[in-house]
Amino acid sequence: MTPSASASSAAVTGSSRRTFRLAVPPVSGVLRPRLAAVCAALAAGVFLVFCWGVTIGDYPIGLGEVMKALAGSGDPGTLLVVRELRLPRAVVGLLAGVAFAVSGALFQTMTRNPLASPDMIGIIEGAGTAVVAGIVLGWDGGLGTQSLGLLGAVVTALVVYVLAWRRGTTGYRIILVGIGVAWMCTSATDFLIARGGRFQAQAAMGWLVGNLNGRDWPQVGPLAVAVAVLVPAALLLGRWMRTLQLGDDLATSLGTPVQRVRLALLLVGVGLIAFATAAAGPVAFVALAAPQIAQRLAGTAWPPLVASGLTGALAVLSADLIARTLIPGTELPVGIVTGVLGAPVLLWLLIRANRAGSGG
Amino acid sequence: MPRGGGLRPVLLVVVLTALLVLLCLLSIALGALSIPIDEVVRALFGHPESTRVENVIWSVRIPRTALGLAAGAALGLAGALMQALTRNPLADPGVLGVSAGAAFAIVVSIAFLGVGSLFGYIWFAFAGALVASVAVYLLGGLGRSGQTPVKLALAGVAVTSLLTSLTGAVALTEPDALNRYRFWNAGSLADRDAGVVLQVLPFLVVGALLALSSAPALNSLAFGDDVAASLGRRLGLVRLRGVAAVTLLTGAAVVAIGPVVFVGLVVPHVARVLAQQAGIGPDHRWLLPLSAVLAPCLVLAADIIGRLVVRPSEIQAGILVAFIGAPFFIALVRRRRLAEV
Repeated sequence: MTPSASASSAAVTGSSRRTFRLAVPPVSGVLRPRLAAVCAALAAGVFLVFCWGVTIGDYPIGLGEVMKALAGSGDPGTLLVVRELRLPRAVVGLLAGVAFAVSGALFQTMTRNPLASPDMIGIIEGAGTAVVAGIVLGWDGGLGTQSLGLLGAVVTALVVYVLAWRRGTTGYRIILVGIGVAWMCTSATDFLIARGGRFQAQAAMGWLVGNLNGRDWPQVGPLAVAVAVLVPAALLLGRWMRTLQLGDDLATSLGTPVQRVRLALLLVGVGLIAFATAAAGPVAFVALAAPQIAQRLAGTAWPPLVASGLTGALAVLSADLIARTLIPGTELPVGIVTGVLGAPVLLWLLIRANRAGSGG
Repeated sequence: MPRGGGLRPVLLVVVLTALLVLLCLLSIALGALSIPIDEVVRALFGHPESTRVENVIWSVRIPRTALGLAAGAALGLAGALMQALTRNPLADPGVLGVSAGAAFAIVVSIAFLGVGSLFGYIWFAFAGALVASVAVYLLGGLGRSGQTPVKLALAGVAVTSLLTSLTGAVALTEPDALNRYRFWNAGSLADRDAGVVLQVLPFLVVGALLALSSAPALNSLAFGDDVAASLGRRLGLVRLRGVAAVTLLTGAAVVAIGPVVFVGLVVPHVARVLAQQAGIGPDHRWLLPLSAVLAPCLVLAADIIGRLVVRPSEIQAGILVAFIGAPFFIALVRRRRLAEV
């Protein structure tokens, strides 16, 4: 984004950032009240939708009871239903939303390109090819959908990085190589779907739109560990990431170890997207739209990581809520709702942006 | 053709055209029934060996080759145009929502309107492509800042995602729709008769003329909106003409052969490298024709290979375009810093 974008948003919001300096302890920094307020509001929204999602099911449970059960009290029956049946789904939705969005924010900042979401550099497509091959060819290998998806994602990411390596990498080269690999994977998936039987095609399509139905605790574990390790790592890398945005030459002269930071960012971004896809399938649009939405809500010149993650979680959880309640008796795949809802939100934010700079 | 660069650009065009002619001949000659090249040439000039060969050539191979040629050129042109309009080297001809609109119209026409015939849905698909593209164009221009390349691209991504999700929803609930959609989606030149080619050809010709005539304006656009405006370009008109051309070219190509938009992403990059080698630089008066010649080479090569590897069955050209185009693309990306748009 251009410098004028941040300046203009500061003018619009009064003061969207303020510097402070304390004598004891000797700390100085930048305060962004609007960003903090947006994060707080998003977090409250996430908590509310999370609890609301848990209340829905064959056996309705009140919001108050759900909160009590989450805190560990209440009658044993409710506790069992909440803990064993409802929570895994909600937690997968929450964590997958965070993971998709943070990964998207990392990629968009690193490449300075709002179109460069991790959706398009092959990782999700690789996971899709592995899973669809498992469904159509019956090559499950006893791995199950989740491990197969993870395997596909990691192998594809490695292939992309190795192919993009030539005395170091550049963000631009990784994206371009990734697009090439992504198209090969998509084509292979399309070929498998066209080759397979009707019911296999149906099953493959069901996974490919992104789905939270029937999630269980064993599926939560790997994703939870990934988010717990990788999101803090992303936050620590945030400082380097902002200098990387200025271009490789300027970043190097500002003292950023460009190659190492880029490798670290890639590892974090790819890890997040791989685990999230393996657990929830390629939920449409969250990685691309959530950072853009968060950026416009917070009035910053780059996608803010924490706000992006919260936006992603809110998006996936609300979409799943709608997917389960829209048509009584039917559970739509969550990816269909994120795609349908994310689009108007992004469009609205685009249209509302009042400067050419903040339009992009 | 504009001047500049001396003989090398002319030589480049001659070599590429010769390659394309060769691929056309091979496309007519090879397949489940292989016909020697000299027989092909004799049949083309009206002296066939046998009526069987003549039939195969005129009713199967020539329409198929013509479709590959026309749709390939259209996707190449549309890709180069789209990357110039959005100033984004990652843009493909599908960015305006054209192929997503076609896909959605296809599943809807099969699921709810009972369109059963193989090409009954061509007009539905084309209408879907048009509506999606117009919607993206209008949405990208809303708001006080007016239209910017990034807004156009993001509006396209949003509409594409919306339509893809809806397509998924329909395909999941209507098995018949999914069953047809998955074959279209793989992308193929097979089983299209001359009627399909003639149906889409007028749109392709108009689109190509619009595209080629906007090349000088695209050169100014590359300097940024402000410079282009101060050079006397009317940005709104340039974009409108560009979007109309991309819609006609991509829409017609995609309904006929499936969403093979990867062609439009790869080929302009190759064209840019070749243009640089030939000493012409990123001049759209060269890049557009180069893309229009290179893209059908890729499509025809993919189609020919698809016919040969699993004879007498086939692998869809759309699949092989990615498997031939992507390694080439990756090698190109690795070899040099790609010329930026």
